[in-house]
Amino acid sequence: MTNWLTAPILIPLLGGVLQIFMSYAPMQLRRTLALTTTILTLVAAIVLLGLADDGNYRMYAFGNWQPPFGIVLVLDRLAALMLTVTATLAVFCHIYALHKTDTQGPHFHTLFLFQLAGLNIAFLTGDLFNLFVAFEVLLIASYGLLLHGGGTARTVPGLHYVVLNLVGSALFLFSVGMIYSVTGTLNMADLALKVPELNSEDLPLVKIGGMLLLVVFGLKAAVLPLCFWLPRAYASATAPVAALFAVMTKVGIYAILRVYTLIFGDDAGDLANLGMELLFPAGLITLAVGVMGLLGSRTLKTMIAWQVIISVGTMLAAIGLNTPAGISAALFYLINTTWVVGGLFLLVDLVSNQRGSAGDKIVTAPKMRNRSLLGALFLLGAIAAIGLPPLSGFFAKLLILQAASPGVEMALLWSVILIGSFFTLIAYSHAGSIVFWRNSEGHIELDRKMTLPVTASVTALLALSVVIVALAGPISRYTDDTAAQLTNSAGYTKILEMPVLSEGKK
Amino acid sequence: MELVFALVIGTLTSTGIYLLLRARTFPVVVGLTLLSYGVNLFLFSTGRLMSDGQPIIGGAETYSDPLPQALVLTAIVIGFAMTAFLVALALRSHADTDVDHVDGVRQQETTDEQVDRTENNQ
Repeated sequence: MTNWLTAPILIPLLGGVLQIFMSYAPMQLRRTLALTTTILTLVAAIVLLGLADDGNYRMYAFGNWQPPFGIVLVLDRLAALMLTVTATLAVFCHIYALHKTDTQGPHFHTLFLFQLAGLNIAFLTGDLFNLFVAFEVLLIASYGLLLHGGGTARTVPGLHYVVLNLVGSALFLFSVGMIYSVTGTLNMADLALKVPELNSEDLPLVKIGGMLLLVVFGLKAAVLPLCFWLPRAYASATAPVAALFAVMTKVGIYAILRVYTLIFGDDAGDLANLGMELLFPAGLITLAVGVMGLLGSRTLKTMIAWQVIISVGTMLAAIGLNTPAGISAALFYLINTTWVVGGLFLLVDLVSNQRGSAGDKIVTAPKMRNRSLLGALFLLGAIAAIGLPPLSGFFAKLLILQAASPGVEMALLWSVILIGSFFTLIAYSHAGSIVFWRNSEGHIELDRKMTLPVTASVTALLALSVVIVALAGPISRYTDDTAAQLTNSAGYTKILEMPVLSEGKK
Repeated sequence: MELVFALVIGTLTSTGIYLLLRARTFPVVVGLTLLSYGVNLFLFSTGRLMSDGQPIIGGAETYSDPLPQALVLTAIVIGFAMTAFLVALALRSHADTDVDHVDGVRQQETTDEQVDRTENNQ
């Protein structure tokens, strides 16, 4: 049964490899196979979600090496949740990409599927060095995707993105080395047991290693001093890629949650809650800067890119509360924001296709052909992103606000989030009214009409916000359970005692 | 041996970081390469430095930790691939923008020179 843990990694990996050999196959066949692969990944993720929901940990040991000696995949509620969120987003992005994006370069499907495989390794792995490898797999695919379709506009932001992430990888290796040199293990469960037993001489090294890791994850998640690469890179990528990248910053958030609740959690002795006190202020400042960036954006794509940074800040602030309620609220918000931001990126592409040379700039342009539909979708997305009732963003933010305990923390969190939301509202209504209501004379020759699959994928992704509201009960129960599971690291370390070989196979 | 090793790692890393902060793509690529050399040596040292140690228990009196060597091998492979990609990207950027500045724009004085030249031509 635990062999199923490899499914979300193997399916896109094999599908991607298959695509490499199909360069000259008919486009229709490649598309069908690629989309089938993504849908199968989603099915695998949902199956694992069902498995993980019983609260047990499941482990798959590569080559049947008993952990901590071999590399393991570990499935728990958090991993299953991240898998499902990613795969759902990926299916809709992929449907959108079938329209035109995949013909701009020869290997779009391969890169897309490898990206998915890399993300899934990162969510499932139970080994710190394997996490580094997963980051590299997903990053090199993301480099290819970011530059996909080419053009000068993409080369320069792409160069920044690659160099920054390579520096991040070097830092990751430094911190892994420091932690290994003292503890002698890189298995996360084993680390959780070894870190509390360290003697005082060795503590500083692990502490430095842990803080360096926070910098690396902060770079992936785009936390404030490390977030300025994001808007240019995301705004220059093609729409389905930018939408898929909505989940990339969440990998950083996932890694922070995993490492800092498990290895440096409450039970970590002298290193308990290492760096946690930094997360709260860093999150709030990131949120504030994100709102300023959003207000100052001149194009719709840049706006949505800043929205990504806002959501990172909100999640980090909620995680920084360091309570199960805070983590649960952050996860609820994560589901909402990943799908909505992804949908908005796709929607902006539809809008700019109908505005001729005005593109996604926030200026007046001739009337769009499908103005009412696009306008309604923009309204839906904006409401969900800002966090106005009745859509899911509102409930997510409400949960975060409720998670704060009365005091200075509460005052800071409430004021920053509420004032931030207010300014976000201003920015969205300003942009929306110019783009959708103020039209200049003339008309635009359309080169791309909206087709049903494209419209349907955008609508479905944004409508998921309504689904989240309808299923708010089960989802918040799941995130509550996830938070409870995360804060109790004793459960995770039990995987070390699980027998790898069943009796029959010996 | 430890002192020399530490100095080498320190020199490689600091040189790498200095070069990374340059504005041209070529020094940045070289800087990243040096930085990854520093990282690889650092990872190697996490298994403790020793000579005559075999990575197999029982073959010799002292044995060395084989894991950092495996980690270094992985890091070298990944670092090599990434550097190759970065070189290709830097060349592409140079071809697209005609400059090897990391921001893809000419520095101020060159722009001024160009303006002068165009004015002279007119």
